[in-house]
Order: sequence, then C-alpha cells, then structure tokens
Amino acid sequence: MKLSGWGRYPVADCRLSAPRDAADLCACLDAGPGIARGNGRAYGDSAMNASNTISMRHFNRMIAFDPETGQLITEAGVILGDVIRTFLPRGWFPPVTPGTKFVTIGGMIAADVHGKNHHCDGSFGNFVDWIEVIGPGGEMRRTAPGEALFEWTVGGMGLTGLIVRAAVRLTAVETGWIRQRTLPAPTLAATMDTFETAQDATYSVAWIDCLSTGARQGRSLVMLGEHAALDELPPRAARRPHGPPARRARSVPADLPGFVLNRAAMRAFNALYYRNGCRKAGTGLVGWDPFFYPLDSILGWNRIYGRRGFVQFQCVLPLAESYAGLSALLDAVAAAGQGAFLSVLKRFGTQESRFSFPMEGYTLALDFPVSRRSLAMMERLDEITVTHGGRFYLAKDGRLKPDTLHSADPRAAAFRAMRQDTGLAREFSSRQSERVQI
Amino acid sequence: MTDQPVLILGGRSDIGLAIAHRYADLGHTVQLAARNAQSLSQEKTDMELRYGVTVTLHDFDVLAPDTHEAFLDGLPALPQIAVCAVGYMGDQAESQRDPAAATLVMRSNFEGPANILALLANLFETRGSGTLIGISSVAGDRGRATNYVYGAAKAGFTAFLSGLRNRLAGRGVHVLTVLPGFVATRMTEGLDLPEKLTTDPETLAVAVARAAEKRRNVIYVKGVWAVVMLVIRNIPEAIFKKLSI
Repeated sequence: MKLSGWGRYPVADCRLSAPRDAADLCACLDAGPGIARGNGRAYGDSAMNASNTISMRHFNRMIAFDPETGQLITEAGVILGDVIRTFLPRGWFPPVTPGTKFVTIGGMIAADVHGKNHHCDGSFGNFVDWIEVIGPGGEMRRTAPGEALFEWTVGGMGLTGLIVRAAVRLTAVETGWIRQRTLPAPTLAATMDTFETAQDATYSVAWIDCLSTGARQGRSLVMLGEHAALDELPPRAARRPHGPPARRARSVPADLPGFVLNRAAMRAFNALYYRNGCRKAGTGLVGWDPFFYPLDSILGWNRIYGRRGFVQFQCVLPLAESYAGLSALLDAVAAAGQGAFLSVLKRFGTQESRFSFPMEGYTLALDFPVSRRSLAMMERLDEITVTHGGRFYLAKDGRLKPDTLHSADPRAAAFRAMRQDTGLAREFSSRQSERVQI
Repeated sequence: MTDQPVLILGGRSDIGLAIAHRYADLGHTVQLAARNAQSLSQEKTDMELRYGVTVTLHDFDVLAPDTHEAFLDGLPALPQIAVCAVGYMGDQAESQRDPAAATLVMRSNFEGPANILALLANLFETRGSGTLIGISSVAGDRGRATNYVYGAAKAGFTAFLSGLRNRLAGRGVHVLTVLPGFVATRMTEGLDLPEKLTTDPETLAVAVARAAEKRRNVIYVKGVWAVVMLVIRNIPEAIFKKLSI
C-alpha cells in the first residue's frame, strides 16, 4: 500500500504487515530486512520499507506501573496520549514529550525525542530504564543504560532491532496546568539572550518569524513554562486540577490547494502571530494540551500543505556557532522567498550520545511545502548547517543526501559500521537508512 | 457504575476487545469471555491499569451450548450489559464444498450466539433489567453469492435479536442490534476494504456504547451503510440474481 510519513513526502509503495504476537513478529523478519513503524509521525521515510514495514500497532498494551517510582512498563506501540490520559489523573506526566502526543513509546525511543525541557532534562532516553529489542534471528534481548545495544537503540531510528517493550520513568506533577510566560524578542540576538537568561525555566521554546528580514530578523515569541502546583491554581482551575477538558479536535477536511499558503499569506500570518503574541505577552495559566500539543487539536493538519506534502528541516547548531549559523539560515530562507509556516527555535542542553540528534546549542525547525524550489533551498540550508558544525534530525527528514549526513555527523559512519559488524544491517533497514547509507 | 458489569462474549475479537475498552473507560467492571481465556491476561492487565476497573477472564466456548448455563453460573455477577461479539466468517468457497465447514459458520454465528443470549435474556427478564447487544452484520440483510453462508447465519442472528427485542420490550430489557459494515479487524485483514465504508473497532465501540445508552434498536455505525443496504435490499430479485456485488 501507499505509505508516507507525517509530511506526506515521500510516498512509496510499501508492504505493511501488522503482527499480533512475538511469534508473528519474528516471522515478519524472515521476509527480509524490515523496519518497525509506530503511529507514522516521523515526517519522512524513517518508518518505511518497500518490502517489509512492520506496524507495531497491536503491541499497545500497558504492562505495569509502580506508583512509588513512576516507572511504567509498556509495549512499544502504546500511544503517548494514552499514557497521559491514564496517568495524569494519578499525578504523573511524561518526562519528555515531543510536539505531538500521537507518537508511540517505541518511536519516542527510536528517535530519542526531545521536548521543551531538553536544556534541563535532556532527551527521552534519559528516562528509559530498559528496552526489549528483537534482534537478528528473532532473538529478544533486554538492554539497560550503559550497554552498547541500549545506547545505540536510543536514537537508533529502529535500525538496531524491533523495540517491543520498555520501562520508562514518568515525572510526578501536581496538576495538568502550566504556568506560561510569553516573552517577545524583537531580534535573533534578543531571542537567544532570552533563552540564555531563562535556563532555569523547566520548559522553553520560541516560535520564530522566519520571514521577517533586516532589523526584525529572527524576532520571536519565547514561551516559558512550569508545572503549576495545586496551591497556585485559582479556584476555577482548581476544580479541574488535571487541566481543562480535552479540546474538541477539528479535522482538516481536505487537502488545501497549494496557493493558499503562499508567501504573502504566510508573511501576514507570521506578522499577525507575532503582534498578537506581543499583546498577550506576560504570564498565564494554560492546560497541558494546548501548551505541549498546540497542533494536535487540528487532526490532519499536515493536509494544509496540499497534496504534494511538506518537508521539515530541523538542524542543531553548536552553541558557539549558533548565532552565525542561525543568521545565515534565516538569510537563506528569506532570500529564497520560501515561506515556512511553523518555525520553532529551541535551546538544547548538553547531551552525549551514540547517535541521538540533540547536542548543546540551538535547534531550528522549519517546514516548507514540497516544491522543486523549496527542495533546492533546503540543500542550501544543509550546506549552512554543515559549515557551522551542525547536524540533522532524522525523524524529520525525508530528503537528506548521504554525503551531507555523513559530513555533518561522523557518528553516522560509526553507526553504519556497528550495524554491519553486528549483522543488524542485514535484518533492519528503512527507506531512510538506505538513502542516507547508515 | 462499577456495579454494572459488562460481559463481552468473544473477548478476543478486535470488536469485542474494543467494546471492552470502551466500557472499562466508562467505569464498568468487565467480564471477558473467550476460549482459552487465560491467554487474555495481557489485555486484562492493560485494561485494569488504564481504567482502574476490575477485569475478569472466563472460559467460554460458543460451540458448546451445553456448557453455557454453567458458564453463566460461574460469572462473579450477572452482567448488566452483555455483548455478543462472537463471529466467524469462514471461507465461502470452502463452505460451498464442505457442509461441515458451512455448519461451523452457521453454528458460530447463529446457533451459539442465539443459545447464550437466550439464556441471558431469561435471566435479565427475571431480574427486570439489562441490555443485550448483538454484533450481527450487514451481510445478513441479503444473501449474496460471495458470502451467503455467513450472511444466512447473521440473518438468523439479526432476526433472533429482533424477536428478543419484541418479546422483552416492556420487561425492562433492551436489545441492540449492531450491523457494522466493513470493520478493519483480524477477520478482514488482507481484504481491500473501501476507506469510506470502513470503520475501525474503536469508533465502532464508541458508537455501540452510545447507542446502548440511548436505547437505540438497530445501528449501522457508519450511516452510509443504511443507505447502501436500503438500496441492496430493494433491488428486485430478478435483477439481483444477475449482479455480482
């Protein structure tokens, strides 16, 4: 069947199976090299394999929870939103969450996702106690931090085996409310200063207007957040300590035609958003859902980019090169005249890992509707990233060239060598791993 | 709510399990009944963790009607709601070749379900309350060459449910007939189902629980099926016999 990632680009015919038990799962591996697929939220082709894509959706059972430590043992196909729904009322929240709650636990481990608290808490892998992985020959192994298999699997994009179960530690919270502070920053330098002075904030992220130029280049709304304690809630919110009731999700009913999101519209939207943010700047109380998952309330928002889909560009630049690199990236975006609707900037804390994306510095995420021009511009962004010592987030990627990846990230060669030496390369591969040669 | 247990017959089926999840989510105790019920222990643990309700497992063989009374006696409590999600499509070609295969389809979809629901109906009637939910099929609305053995059994089941509803109206017992069109389940895996006519077990489960709550009599889950079946039922037989649909 036709399969794609969340960006709906690229699309390819893939044989998709949905095994129901461990024996079925192992049998899937007999069909040749394959890749596990969770809820299809990687943007590009990370979870696609033309001849053997293995859906983990039937492995969606929770196994045990320890209310003393917050340790949750689940199968890999459990959706993050279900974890929140189940455990927030009991006072627990995911320790790290990406920008959507529709990801699976297995996918979160494979991409070693980061959240708005990366500068404090690091990536999701820091909160994983163990993982069970089915490796070559259908052999299941449980692996824990410190072991090579564990360290490669966290951030290994599913290429070290099928992640079937994991133990993750949730974080204790008193409420489902977030104290949010919005700080407008008129320039890129001001934005970065805001991040640097807000290192103590638990959560921080900036929406950046990547279409403004000149003196306004890089203007942002920096949003900081803290879990609100019970005694901080005003009476109305205290009646619903786990956050406001779930928002009614709306769907994008059809693909929007390409011209809707043209440059003028995006520029207007960005300007409006910034001005609106400035007006509402200050402190407020928001529910966990709109704070962490603003886009989840629009089901199928990926359709706004039209039938051809969209591509995400996300890189991280080392701290010392961040200002120069970000300026160059924003210049290139402005020069190409390609609109990016949703652009996000985030300060990462330190992280040492075998193959995970984050490192200390700044990460910028942009998305563009697919077109020849935007793809060409992204190659320009690739070059800038490499020049400034940055690297790329594979969970967002659907088009990176192998040379670009390998010159940006020497760890890719080590990853590939490890996969070849251990026989993993023969049993696990994705369209992405073949494309970027890892 | 917790004193309103829900019995799921066919607790291993995708539809049965999805309905179990839905009722557990609404706070009901769940009794999962299936053959070799102990192998559902992962589902039990999962539901207990997610919803904080009690889930019990019970061995149940729809093809062994003489065990059904003992099965009901063995339940921890008489359920308030009983859902029959037992179903077996079989293979039409095999059912045509082999009468034994056809019999299995008919017993699984009609004789067995009717037998257990008859017993439950009597118990509910005596108590003066309860809801019986039967998952039948649009295949029972009209026999077609491609699956008439399954369709005939489901037609029998649909008629049985309709009769029960008629008999128990005014006795405090409600009967809901569910006629799902295509549902993406293990039973239909590998079939190329049209997207617009297909629903998933979770959506179906939400619709079933809502319909039971509202005391609806017959639901198609996806409204479009009511239209499709209206047309199919009304094609004159002289024309219908020449069609392949």
